[in-house]
Amino acid sequence: MRAFAELLDRLVLSPQRNAKTRLLVDYFQTAPDPDRGYALAAIAGTLSLNTVKPAMIRDLLLERMDAVLFRYSYDYVGDLAETVSLVWEPPAGTVQSDVPLGAAIERLQMTGRADVRSVVRDMLDRLDTPARFAFLKLVTGGLRIGVSAKLAKQALAEMGGKDVAEIETLWHGLSPPYLPLFRWLSGEAGKPALSTPAIFHSVMLANPVGDGDLDALDPRDFAAEWKWDGIRVQLANIGGTRRLYSRSGDEISSAFPDVLEAADFSGVIDGELLVGGTTRTNRATRSFADLQQRLNRKTVNHKLMDAYPAFIRGYDILFSGDRDIRPQPFVERRAMLADLVDTASAQHFDLSPLVPFSSWEELDQLRAAPPDPVIEGIMLKRLDSPYTPGRVKGPWFKWKRAPYNIDAVLIYAQRGHGKRSSYYSDFTFGVWTVVDGKETLVPVGKAYFGFTDAELEILDRFVRDNTTERFGPVRAVRAEPDFGFVVEVAFEGINRSTRHKSGVAMRFPRIARLRPDKLPRDADRLETLLAMIETREST
Amino acid sequence: MKPDALLYPAPKGLYCQIGDFYIDPVQPVERALITHGHSDHARAGHGHVLATRETLDIMGIRYGEGFCGASQAVSLGETLVVNGVEVGFHPAGHVLGSAQISVRANGTRIVVSGDYKRRRDPTCAGFEPVACDVFITEATFGLPVFHHPDDRAETRKLLTSLAQFPDRTHVVGAYALGKAQRVIALLREQGYHQPIFIHGALQRLCDYYQSRGIDLGELRPATLAADEKQDFRGTIVIGPPAAFADRWSRRFADPIAIFASGWMLIRQRAKQRGVELPLIISDHCDWAELTQTITEIAPSEVWVTHGREEALVRWCELQGIAARPLHLVGYDDEGE
Ligand SMILES: [Zn+2]
Ligand SMILES: [Zn+2]
Repeated sequence: MRAFAELLDRLVLSPQRNAKTRLLVDYFQTAPDPDRGYALAAIAGTLSLNTVKPAMIRDLLLERMDAVLFRYSYDYVGDLAETVSLVWEPPAGTVQSDVPLGAAIERLQMTGRADVRSVVRDMLDRLDTPARFAFLKLVTGGLRIGVSAKLAKQALAEMGGKDVAEIETLWHGLSPPYLPLFRWLSGEAGKPALSTPAIFHSVMLANPVGDGDLDALDPRDFAAEWKWDGIRVQLANIGGTRRLYSRSGDEISSAFPDVLEAADFSGVIDGELLVGGTTRTNRATRSFADLQQRLNRKTVNHKLMDAYPAFIRGYDILFSGDRDIRPQPFVERRAMLADLVDTASAQHFDLSPLVPFSSWEELDQLRAAPPDPVIEGIMLKRLDSPYTPGRVKGPWFKWKRAPYNIDAVLIYAQRGHGKRSSYYSDFTFGVWTVVDGKETLVPVGKAYFGFTDAELEILDRFVRDNTTERFGPVRAVRAEPDFGFVVEVAFEGINRSTRHKSGVAMRFPRIARLRPDKLPRDADRLETLLAMIETREST
Repeated sequence: MKPDALLYPAPKGLYCQIGDFYIDPVQPVERALITHGHSDHARAGHGHVLATRETLDIMGIRYGEGFCGASQAVSLGETLVVNGVEVGFHPAGHVLGSAQISVRANGTRIVVSGDYKRRRDPTCAGFEPVACDVFITEATFGLPVFHHPDDRAETRKLLTSLAQFPDRTHVVGAYALGKAQRVIALLREQGYHQPIFIHGALQRLCDYYQSRGIDLGELRPATLAADEKQDFRGTIVIGPPAAFADRWSRRFADPIAIFASGWMLIRQRAKQRGVELPLIISDHCDWAELTQTITEIAPSEVWVTHGREEALVRWCELQGIAARPLHLVGYDDEGE
């Protein structure tokens, strides 16, 4: 725990990416198993631990400490976990020894609800101050260290002298404490064989078209296709194991048995999950509201499947059989995808049609007046682009239809008025930008309508369960790259503003849709909003 | 006699009416007794100053030879009489030459701690508890949160970083008097024998420490001559904290900002200052040492001065020890 605690403290204060990577590599090289694997999980956000409420930690402390002295201390430090880690006094005679991180986590994972209190107390007694802090941050779920999963993977790649793509490929098939991964990286064993072959592979994401982005690009290098208004999914059938994942890697197989049953091909495809008829059955694609009837369900009955038939509109293919074809160019993958869809069930699979165009102006006109209401814009893909996990700038663009639409992250919520006074129904949302060298969410607007009553219930629940701070009637909610709530915000216009810290003001923003399938890190950036203003000003 | 009749807080500092002298006065006075050389305790312009040889020398280095009208040196452990009041100087363990000052008259004894610490320090004599009726303690780190770790483990962090980042300049901020020399001495104890580069503001004080027999090893000025290629990569450079705010630290190759201070225990403090590697090294007592010292000395009364007075007073109350804050002004409660 001690080495992990030191690593956290160093990472938090190191602004340079190179320095962070060096610290991570050195730690992964020196820490033993399973500690380093659990540390990786804690950093990459894959650690599952029953968290304890801050109130319990405070109670434990006040068993021993004068409340007034505690108040002075807490007021001074300002962070509960840090305060407790510093003021905690083990009973006289306690021998402090370093509890290994792995042992601490495994002990917590095996502890039943009834014993949590005494186990946490015992751990606090045994650990020294920095380790106590790390432990408290872990058990209260408040670990924020400014290191993304991506950076952690980069460090792993560096440690083992591997390509980060190899680690990405394996990633979702591995779990804490990642013993086979570290054995492979340290050269003690071969590449881990995945027990579940149909694992999730990080999806390739597009950047929004910014002002001037297309000017230097030749339309002949790109394919265009419609961007459909469903949810992005990945469907895998490898060695008979079938899985359906959301774009963030959550498995949603159980809600779509109809689609899985029909997936009698072998490979991994990327597409849009929609409801209604495929182009091959010549029936209409239905709206996102209809798709929502099928989402977030543990099970589904035949009546629902008949009323809201689900299908996948194919965008891309990652594996053909068990052959990884992601390095091949888009055109070649597209041809393989077309062949695959051709032989698959016509009710459950079709191909996202390409949109022929010869100039960006022509495409812009098509974008503004798409032929189907379930289209939300256009995707542009370089014909020669390999399938690269993450959001690389250049190969893929998304070009959404007007009026304006962005994905933003909930930051604050305030109680509503009148009928809604029992709900948190006024939401402030933000987008990413770099402030003082750090990725930060800046508030860009407020919305209090656009959602249904059912959606309000979901939002309100999220706010209550994830409050980090209160200011009178306003609550701040958790909003971190890998944890938070993404909403799609639609608005009529956007202007520069000196009154807002972000420098932009939206006209008539509304929450167009909840995006539980997206992670905050996938939300839009302030630069995208500024580019919208520039585009408008230049036309 | 009531302790207040022997020593009480006046606008210029703690005043002894019977002996007609002040201890660590914050404004010029006729007769001053000085605990140690830090600038909030040792000011220039007094008529007559009584202090240890080292404290007088340090004042001379900082303010120039004419820093007072007349001075008299006292040794640690020495007792003398000033206008009928018995005055003693006892080691405080804070910085070179630092003393606690005891005053006794009519059977009442008060000890003024000045600033003090209980940890071993290779650069100065260790604190000695002195029995007394009233113990006047500082409270710079007088909150239960302050538990300073082992200073050797802290300096080891610096050496680890040097091995981990051999291409970066390790620029350490440390107070010019006491902290800088202690950090250097600790590094030498840990087996670091490379030259250490120091900011000009540290030069005379480091020279003085060396002249008093404290071995700091090879020190070189951290200045760049125009024709020199030396860019300080992989070296340790030490400067006063104020130098970090100006352009001084930016001249070094890929500097890593390090700060040696008791405040570095609080993560937010390190963050605010842009410190990348905090070293929690303090020349003051932490909470446990403050409370242990009070328990050990067992005075009938505790007076608390500069720092977080309220928490230490509260602790004394809970222990059944009479205590009150002095509310002296003019001392740096954010000190070293
Ligand atoms: Zn001092
Ligand atoms: Zn002081």
